[in-house]
Amino acid sequence: MNTGKRQKQRKVLLMGKSGAGKSSMRSIVFSNYVAKDVRRLGATIDVEHSNIKFMGNLMLNLWDCGGQDGFVENYLNHQRNHVFGSVAVLIFVFDIESREFPADVISYSNIIRALQECSPGAKVFVLIHKMDLVQARLRAQLFDERAEYIRTASESFRDSVDFFPTSIWDQSLYKAWTQIIYFLIPNAATIEGLLQQLAEVIDARELILYERTTCLMVTHVTRGEEGQNPFTDRFERISSILKTHKQSMAKHTGIPAGSANFAEMQIKTGRFMFFITRLTENTNLAASIPPSEQVFNAARVNILLVRPKFAELDIASKPRPGIQQAFAHSAESDRDRDRLRDHSAGGESEYRGKGKEPVSIGMGGGFDG
Amino acid sequence: MDSSHRRLSAHSQRSHPDEPLSEHGEAPQAGSSRLKPGAQLTLMRYLQDLPDADVPPSPVPPRYHTGRLPNSKAGDGKPRLLLMGQRRSGKSSISSVVFHKLPPSETLYIETTTRIKKESMHSFMDFQVWDFPGHLDYFDPAFDVDNIFEEIGALIWVIDAQDEYLEAIMRLNMTILNLQNSYPNINVEVFVHKVDGLSEDYKSDTFRDIIQRVQDELSDNGYENAPVSFYQTSIYDHSIFEAFSKVIQKLIPQLPTLEALLNSLCSTCHIEKAYLFDIMSKIYIATDTSPTDIGSYEICSDYIDVVIDVSEIYGWDRPAENGHSEIAETGNNDAESLITMERKGNNYLYLREINKYLALICLMGDDSPAEKKAVIDYNVGVFQAALKQVFPRAERDVPQTTSEE
Ligand SMILES: Nc1nc2c(ncn2[C@@H]2O[C@H](COP(=O)(O)OP(=O)(O)OP(=O)(O)O)[C@@H](O)[C@H]2O)c(=O)[nH]1
Ligand SMILES: Nc1nc2c(ncn2[C@@H]2O[C@H](COP(=O)(O)OP(=O)(O)OP(=O)(O)O)[C@@H](O)[C@H]2O)c(=O)[nH]1
Ligand SMILES: [Mg+2]
Ligand SMILES: [Mg+2]
Repeated sequence: MNTGKRQKQRKVLLMGKSGAGKSSMRSIVFSNYVAKDVRRLGATIDVEHSNIKFMGNLMLNLWDCGGQDGFVENYLNHQRNHVFGSVAVLIFVFDIESREFPADVISYSNIIRALQECSPGAKVFVLIHKMDLVQARLRAQLFDERAEYIRTASESFRDSVDFFPTSIWDQSLYKAWTQIIYFLIPNAATIEGLLQQLAEVIDARELILYERTTCLMVTHVTRGEEGQNPFTDRFERISSILKTHKQSMAKHTGIPAGSANFAEMQIKTGRFMFFITRLTENTNLAASIPPSEQVFNAARVNILLVRPKFAELDIASKPRPGIQQAFAHSAESDRDRDRLRDHSAGGESEYRGKGKEPVSIGMGGGFDG
Repeated sequence: MDSSHRRLSAHSQRSHPDEPLSEHGEAPQAGSSRLKPGAQLTLMRYLQDLPDADVPPSPVPPRYHTGRLPNSKAGDGKPRLLLMGQRRSGKSSISSVVFHKLPPSETLYIETTTRIKKESMHSFMDFQVWDFPGHLDYFDPAFDVDNIFEEIGALIWVIDAQDEYLEAIMRLNMTILNLQNSYPNINVEVFVHKVDGLSEDYKSDTFRDIIQRVQDELSDNGYENAPVSFYQTSIYDHSIFEAFSKVIQKLIPQLPTLEALLNSLCSTCHIEKAYLFDIMSKIYIATDTSPTDIGSYEICSDYIDVVIDVSEIYGWDRPAENGHSEIAETGNNDAESLITMERKGNNYLYLREINKYLALICLMGDDSPAEKKAVIDYNVGVFQAALKQVFPRAERDVPQTTSEE
């Protein structure tokens, strides 16, 4: 594989008991499944690998590890180094409905011990999943109890492990995965710096960077009183809105969901203006700005101008060996220039992408039907 | 757009300017504070369980009935939609999903209805939805039949297609025959419901069988022309909204005007399909007369959700900035939205808030690229002006902030 020097391969283990919901969440977040489709998934045999190109110079190398006892034993014994070596993140999924919680925790601590031994620097995220099956008023307490109990079994990761309640039926899934991805992005600070500058220039109230395929938030910048926006869950809500829209378009136009991308969405009202547009090959930028046509138009032009800057941070445009890549890059900047010209001529030029799916997700086991 | 102008003035002579004034004071109360920030996309969705008594009798006789409605005495003047049918056929579920946005899966917990439940819906047109208990004999003399069937806009009869339906049909037939005697103009709308669980074949067989059985009975009694229509519905997809749209469209006297306006908008701007939506319920009250398929309705309906959700997030009540209020520097008073798709050859979507209750949503064809936006804006403006005369009430109800000038 052509791995450019600055490209960061990050190995992520997805583990937990069979039926906990690992493949379900993976297929929703990364493969455009809708929640009601996941019933079709069968148990995972051994490990399914997927490579996901992400914002920044990040390449996710996701290991979805089948959770049946035989497989787990194999990971822990015969393949210990192979599985647990050079891991960046372990995501461990607990099923809240499980009747054998203590046994689940024992299995968890076996895995934690293997991780501690082979990848002591890894980060652990624990997802307590299927929270929708618990009555709403009991959720918080049950979650806290379970989390505390699991923490005590976390050995050397005891102080660093993070917990999230999740369900495929609401945006909690996006909230958790957003945090995980954020942790993995190596140049998040640089991206944020650029975003902050851009926000100042275009006088945005808020800028949010979304990864295009997953609609997960990469990062955001919030200015002024937008910080008091009462909808503190808005980032994952928008993720979920975007994903739903994508599926709706795919369903009714017959385009595969992976390609049902919009070039731009604008919403203008008396209180705010909002648009989402493609920023780089792998990202969309959402901007909330004051309700003014001038600000709106200036913002769109400025975003076009900074696109190359962001593209430099994006993995796809690195001068990697491979002529294709370089070509794509220059085509990209040509298009920018064209677009700018159109703009100054007063025409509303429509942005058309290359029509190819930019994010390649290789799924093992014939999964990505 | 010239033609729409003409049509418009022709229409204004027979428009219906009078609406019960009492409605006016009622508007701002509504327990909808959560939704109020929805920018100018007013989202004034309020829906309460108003008992009849809360609605003051109108000083002016209501005029928005179709010619088919029996004349009312000075009642509340709101067309009623009656939901009737067997126990557990899904009446309360339908009402909750369509008018209260209850997620369909949560209807599993709805308890059986024991008393008539009346809901008032305030929108471009006010109407009431009466959810009946399934076990009632609707013509029991103990019941005030007149009070129930007077002024109704439509009787919706719900049949559970997953269940044994012969008894349901018997009762339906009896009800229709009874109605034919005293209220022959009532639209009877039969919802063949819960079709989500059925195979395509079984579904269409059942549907045909039910229609046959009802029509046989009607013609045996000499009522083959009774106004009875049939729909296949489910709360788990958009079909229930579509069916409701069609039911309600029959109660809008201005429908032909609206359709003509939409047709002319579509042809001037090369719009593939245009819908006029009631924002709150996502029922469409009119569309152009080109063939409709449920797919385009679904796209538009999902699109409203996107715009409403984003508007809710960013339309919150901001503190005034540096002393001068935000409203002073307004952008669009009417919310507007546009989605362009990335792939060549894909349609794009356009939404424009028309008034407090209504939004226009258009599916644009390939041959109307974004450059034509100016043309579209202009023509939509014309359409909007025309509509103000069709539904004068919505105009009067402009949010207070702007009416002070
Ligand atoms: N109620 C509920 N069910 C869920 C949720 N997530 C997954 N499920 C269900 O859990 C079942 C098992 O999910 P999988 O994703 O196949 O489980 P897995 O962890 O990949 O299992 P293995 O591959 O055997 O390790 C599926 O049938 C899903 O319908 C959730 O958030 N809530
Ligand atoms: N599969 C399916 N189930 C539905 C649908 N609509 C309603 N149901 C289910 O039907 C059951 C009965 O629904 P209700 O709305 O209480 O029925 P009802 O007609 O109001 O019953 P009564 O008040 O007793 O007359 C509930 O469990 C709903 O979940 C549908 O479209 N599809
Ligand atoms: Mg699996
Ligand atoms: Mg009921």
